[in-house]
Amino acid sequence: MVAVVFLPLLGAFIAGFFGRFIGDRGAQLVTCTAMVIAAVLGGVFFVSVAINGHLATVHLLTWIDTGDLSVEWALRFDPLSAVMVGVVTLVSCMVHIYSIGYMEHDNSIPRFMAYLSMFTFFMLMLVTADNFVQLFFGWEGVGLSSYLLVGFWYDRPSANAAAIKAFVVNRVGDFGFALGIFAVYEIFGSLQFDTVFAAAPDMVGHTTPFLGYPHDALTVTCILLFVGAMGKSAQIILHTWLPDAMEGPTPVSALIHAATMVTAGVFMVARLSPLFEYAPVARDVVCVIGGTTCIFAASIGLVQPDIKRVIAYSTCSQLGYMFLAAGVSAYDASIFHLMTHAFFKALLFLGSGCVIHALSGDQDMRRMGGLGRFLPWTRALMWIGSLALAGIWPFAGYYSKDVILESAWASGSGVGLYAFCLGVLAAFMTAYYSWRLLFLTFQGTPRASPETMHHAHEAPWVMIAPLLVLATGAVLAGRLGYNLFVGEGRAGFWRDSILVLSSHDSVEAAHHVPFFISYMPLVLGLLGIWAAWYAYISKPDLPGIWARNFRPIYLFLLNKWYFDELYDFLFVRPAFWLGHGLWKKGDGAVIDGLGPDGVSEATVDFSVIVSRLQTGYMFHYAFAMLIGVVLLVSWYYLLPLVW
Amino acid sequence: MMEIGLAHYLVVAAILFTLGIFGIFLNRKNVIIILMSIELMLLAVNINFVAFSSFLHDLAGQIFAMFVLTVAAAEAAIGLAILVVYFRNRGTIAVEDIHLMKG
Repeated sequence: MVAVVFLPLLGAFIAGFFGRFIGDRGAQLVTCTAMVIAAVLGGVFFVSVAINGHLATVHLLTWIDTGDLSVEWALRFDPLSAVMVGVVTLVSCMVHIYSIGYMEHDNSIPRFMAYLSMFTFFMLMLVTADNFVQLFFGWEGVGLSSYLLVGFWYDRPSANAAAIKAFVVNRVGDFGFALGIFAVYEIFGSLQFDTVFAAAPDMVGHTTPFLGYPHDALTVTCILLFVGAMGKSAQIILHTWLPDAMEGPTPVSALIHAATMVTAGVFMVARLSPLFEYAPVARDVVCVIGGTTCIFAASIGLVQPDIKRVIAYSTCSQLGYMFLAAGVSAYDASIFHLMTHAFFKALLFLGSGCVIHALSGDQDMRRMGGLGRFLPWTRALMWIGSLALAGIWPFAGYYSKDVILESAWASGSGVGLYAFCLGVLAAFMTAYYSWRLLFLTFQGTPRASPETMHHAHEAPWVMIAPLLVLATGAVLAGRLGYNLFVGEGRAGFWRDSILVLSSHDSVEAAHHVPFFISYMPLVLGLLGIWAAWYAYISKPDLPGIWARNFRPIYLFLLNKWYFDELYDFLFVRPAFWLGHGLWKKGDGAVIDGLGPDGVSEATVDFSVIVSRLQTGYMFHYAFAMLIGVVLLVSWYYLLPLVW
Repeated sequence: MMEIGLAHYLVVAAILFTLGIFGIFLNRKNVIIILMSIELMLLAVNINFVAFSSFLHDLAGQIFAMFVLTVAAAEAAIGLAILVVYFRNRGTIAVEDIHLMKG
């Protein structure tokens, strides 16, 4: 069980430190072998823990033991972590194999493979965490890996800027997360999950001072923790880093920014369900943020020209669905969607990677088109991914998205209804932008230069094979998982890893929603596909007319609701201005002026004055000597007289 | 007629010495004048030696005066030699221009 977590670390260690000796092939072999074994173990482990119920907590080491604070390195194996371990190892394994093909022309392959494996290790540490500090360790570790991988092509200024942006925006979220952990320790006196969860019901109604006023303890804690989740999972307000993170290599986008790391926030909320269940206000916040992100990101995805950014905004939107579900206590539905989403979104990203690979690095859909003939496999696989994403029966997304929207409806609360409406509308947009992507990329006449089209080729098998595995998941995961995750078998499946109070068990209620509610997402999805077909195949000049007639809206969406500009104005520029001021005035004028520079200048000035005494005229020196002699003589002659 | 005693010699020597000093310090023109002023000071010292020698009836003073004359001659020779070389190098012996040690 421990091997599944530490094999990727071993692979990363060998590829990272000895990549120079074992070469590109060696690094690929080592990391992929480690990941394949880990994935097989992950599957075994999923069956043994989640299906057969062999729960365990493996204590590795004592980390911190001081006073009241005791933190251990321990791996917690329960159904929730088993699902995550299974998803992470499988997707990571596929991405490792895919990277062999995708990165073949790169000249630092060992570094890339090492980063990927290191990321996988941190992600596994995160999901198997037994306490808040270990969770934070994994949390920061995946953030670090994300930074390194987004900035992997460090000779591109845009990649560096994106990496820094991802890191800085995540710091904002992590600040909230850290405060949340402090609050947990302050309130519960422990950071162990079990202890905290057991004590949570007693803490209802307790207050804790925050910003000088007493607030409901659990609400404050949960909202602070959720701020961390917002940063990591790119929810509205803290979402700006995710689209820019597409500067990284496409396998990275698939692994980190679609399937695993960005879902860490959702996992965290589900893991902390025993806290969130007793903090209804915090859950409402989660739900509203999730629902808003869902529609907001989908609306931006409608008009983006960059193939990866469309999928990135789609990811953002799907994460919104997950939070929306978590906000109405449908944690199991959100994890279910997390799992199915991991399959089809990784599939879509890797498929777009095949397209980019075929076009020698071009990502702009305005210069694609007509690629279907050259990339038949990729087209078929991306169709599967898009069908799953849009929630068309019987693909995976149909089951998970349906249950989320039904839960939102069934929760019966105001925010639930709000989230339901936005979610349904976003389902329409999801289908529309997915098929817009497919049509622009694969159908119509080629808009790329003839030279590029001449080189366009289907991806090698080492890239297609992982896609086939993921496509299988995208087709079957929903159908197979439905009963276990959210259906009849869910109580036996999740056991105690997710707590839902029976008073607001929305997933249970979701099974009894009216007929039209449960089919509405499917209908709207089909409608979205039809709309995309109408706009891009039937009447290809329609999008241009729309863009002209609704220019303000078009620009508003194209510029991503002007969030970047707003943040630039509110935070980035003042920060630059402040930094420049501190640098020039604070450091330059005050510290240097009074410190080293000032002292040296004073010394120089003084020396200039002193050096005037050195006239260079012999007689001046002689005169000085004479005066000296006179003084000396007078001293010895006059002193006895005065004495 | 006034008897010329030790004091007179000493006063003359003191005047000569002071003249030498002022010759060095007030002279702004020529290095040769400095050399001459140094000679003047040495002569003042010599007068002191001889005067005291005669006053104290001790020949050592006069012998010392001889040595001083010899050294003064040697010093003048070396000084003039330096001066000649200096003139060849710098093309001037004006005191005003000799300030290479100016800070």
